[in-house]
Amino acid sequence: MTKIGLEIHCQLTKLESKLFCSCKANYREQEINSNVCPVCMGLPGTLPRINQKAIEKATIIAMALNCSTPEKIAFFRKNYFYPDLPKNFQITQLNIYGDTSVGGTGSIMVGDKKIRITRVQLEEDPGRLIYEGSSSKNQITLVDYNRAGTPLVEIVTEPDFENPKQVREFLNILSDLLENLNVSDPSLEGAMRADANVSIEGGNKVEIKNIGSFHDLEKAVHFEITRQESLHSREIPIIQETRHWDDKRKITISSRSKEEELDYRYFLEGDIPWIKIDSDTREKLRSEMPESISSKKNRYISEYGIPGQVADVLSSDKFYSDLFDKSHSQTNAKEVANIITTDLMGLVDTREKREQSKLTPEHLKDLADYIQEGKLSRSSAKNALYEIVKSGKKLSQTITELDLGNLSNEDELLKIIKQVISEEPKAVEQTKSNPQTINFLVGKVMQKTKGKADPSLTLNLLKKEVE
Amino acid sequence: MNLKISALEYVEQVKNGDISAEDFVSSSIDRIKNVDDKLHAFLQVNSKAVEHAQQIDKKIKSGEKVGQCFGMPISIKDNICIKHSKTTCASKMLEKFTAPYDATVISKLKQEDAIFVGKANMDEFAMGLTTEFSAYGPSKNPWNTDYVPGGSSGGSAVSVSAFECIASLGSDTGGSVRNPASFCSVVGFKPTYGLISRFGLISYANSIEQIGPITRTVKDTAFLLNILSGLDSNDNTTIENGNQDYLADIDSGIEGKKIGIIQEMMGEGIDPSVLSATNDAVSKLEGLGAVCEKVSIDMVKYSVASYYTITATEAGSNLARYDNLRYGYEFPVEGFEFNSYISKARAKFGPEVIRRMILGGFVPSAGHAGKYFLKALKVKSKLTKEVKDAFKKFDYLIAPTVPVLPFKLGEKIDDPIALFLVDINTVMSNLSGIPSISVPFSISNGLPIGIQLLANHGEDKSLLQAAKALESTVNLPEVPI
Repeated sequence: MTKIGLEIHCQLTKLESKLFCSCKANYREQEINSNVCPVCMGLPGTLPRINQKAIEKATIIAMALNCSTPEKIAFFRKNYFYPDLPKNFQITQLNIYGDTSVGGTGSIMVGDKKIRITRVQLEEDPGRLIYEGSSSKNQITLVDYNRAGTPLVEIVTEPDFENPKQVREFLNILSDLLENLNVSDPSLEGAMRADANVSIEGGNKVEIKNIGSFHDLEKAVHFEITRQESLHSREIPIIQETRHWDDKRKITISSRSKEEELDYRYFLEGDIPWIKIDSDTREKLRSEMPESISSKKNRYISEYGIPGQVADVLSSDKFYSDLFDKSHSQTNAKEVANIITTDLMGLVDTREKREQSKLTPEHLKDLADYIQEGKLSRSSAKNALYEIVKSGKKLSQTITELDLGNLSNEDELLKIIKQVISEEPKAVEQTKSNPQTINFLVGKVMQKTKGKADPSLTLNLLKKEVE
Repeated sequence: MNLKISALEYVEQVKNGDISAEDFVSSSIDRIKNVDDKLHAFLQVNSKAVEHAQQIDKKIKSGEKVGQCFGMPISIKDNICIKHSKTTCASKMLEKFTAPYDATVISKLKQEDAIFVGKANMDEFAMGLTTEFSAYGPSKNPWNTDYVPGGSSGGSAVSVSAFECIASLGSDTGGSVRNPASFCSVVGFKPTYGLISRFGLISYANSIEQIGPITRTVKDTAFLLNILSGLDSNDNTTIENGNQDYLADIDSGIEGKKIGIIQEMMGEGIDPSVLSATNDAVSKLEGLGAVCEKVSIDMVKYSVASYYTITATEAGSNLARYDNLRYGYEFPVEGFEFNSYISKARAKFGPEVIRRMILGGFVPSAGHAGKYFLKALKVKSKLTKEVKDAFKKFDYLIAPTVPVLPFKLGEKIDDPIALFLVDINTVMSNLSGIPSISVPFSISNGLPIGIQLLANHGEDKSLLQAAKALESTVNLPEVPI
């Protein structure tokens, strides 16, 4: 049986500062080596200063993954030399001397499959290496320490996955969960990274490192299973080794470095005293945790009668569920959900588009209300939404400017209806044997009015006219 | 200008207008010029010290608020960072390292208008107890320049003992303040772990070391402790001390106090003159009304082994950052592969540092940690428990600071094991986190002997009272330089 285990590294991108100093946790788009200070550069004499908020966020992640959370946590030093590591050791957590990581064992359901979590630990991200030059002889390694010290949560799973599909489902659930907890933005480049362990029946465990995104993680696991199966079918033994994911060629490559033989000489980080997280604090954190995705989904279904599939889509993305929660009322909830899932999702499908969108919950509320009050047809609403996302102007103003308001003047409407009836004698005839055909005629009226005709009024008038 | 005054006397005299900061500081600088060729207490002398003193005099004259130190000249061990000045840890590895920030103790002293006259010599990265392991040459004992001044804060103790400045800051990982204080006949204090911020102290073994003042009198130590102690947001290991005034009630005496004489620190190998000095100190304390009794702390016999295992492990990690990529000394990295570069760059460490780092790579390594490092931690926690138990019965403990007299330069440098044993009486306070102080007590054949008093965790104030009592019983000759 194929066994896959994951080590997910997730940056706590929603924090203000780094794990041990006051430099920005958001190191992106800053001039190289400018987001640094004596502490995160590991200068002689400096000491780590623990960011309490990071411990809280990491604890919340552990709680959301149903992990045990200990009374006291400790930090350890992982000792190894690497140019991206300013101190040549990494401050991390460990459970070998008792449960002292932010999270102990836990589990999460992926469909019907239970994935066990081994532990959740908080640690510092190293700097970033930039390689320049093509051949290995002329290669130059540059280091950008802006990232050094960024709070990183490592989530380690048991080898409970059996195929890449389960891995993908888990990653989807996990990234929704992390986003919903407001701890991390999984869409940021490098915010989510992973290592994976893969073994097939009768083979040794192979570790794949350096997987830079969730997207590639599934690919890497898939590649590795195929590689191992191909070896196995040719009766070539699968050796236990560490392989690196080459994200350009999309293959795994054996690491010739003796990384797996490194002895990290873990020992307690004396500069950070044990940190107590008493039951009161844990209860407080638990009570302040954002509503879980499944709870949201159930609420949407039971309180507003939103269909299961729509509720599912809406609840799993924090951006949309936040919008929904802020704009709906008991009466317009279904309409708001409908606008978000059928129209809005297509309009703001990338991170950039979301950031640039000028749509507010107020807009959504107005749109839904206008539709329900018959002031706006759904298709006009869609046009208005498209404009509002770009302009941010009020709905009423947008309607005027684009002339989108419903045509509800009976005389005017009747003129158009009569025109349609004269143009479509066949359809008019058919309505007598098949009453559904009337919808075709409504559609024609809509075409002529560019969707502005008030649908219910149109239907009523049409019915009268064809009788 | 009389340089042979205490810190508190200096403050008094400047306040009264008897002397000016400028006169005193320039005399100190002259003194350094005159004697430091022989003593080598300093790695660098602050060329702006006199100018700084002039500014303080101006402040005094104009009636501006002046900090408690009134321009007092202080030397700083070269493992404590002063902004914009070179901080080498007496190592070639940090030959070109200029600190871009102030240690917390430095900020506090600056705020109180202290003047840093220079950076004091030390054993490289504070590893040693003779100052012979300085990469820039040893310091000499001002009582006899053929002899070692102790270490690792040797330069600090020498500078105070030889009247080159009034006080100094050293650091004490296993006795590095108390040992040279004892060898040079000055007061050396290792506070409760966490009482003084370590932010800006370059780590050797961070879980047990503390910055400590070296002064001429116990009261001067209390004065400096008032300035230096307290919580620091930059050091998460600092402890709350409720803004204690260590000078208040310092003359409380020790009548009725119980003192335990540590048997394991007066056993095999102790110099007879040190033994008799200790016995003499005990009778003098009894004369002041203290009740002294023998006490046994069994784990002392494993304490040095435990100490070297733990310090080597932490040093191996703390010193790993010196890969010369970001700071260090002149040695361009271009053209090297990372691992080959660092192995070449790190060859700049001196032999004692290399010895301890090799040890530090071995004792906590997979397959050996159980036999060495974890066992050392066990000894540490057992020792701490025994010490705690002893303080259920006693207010203080007493022992010689060092069981032997100062020895000659070069005498023990090639015998690391013999040197290690010189630590036996001092490492206990570091491993258990308790405060201890070395008080100058007598002179034997022209060589100083210090007596060490120890108190329970957090009892620093009470300890200084006992030390003051012991100090009041002695009358020592002046340093012959």
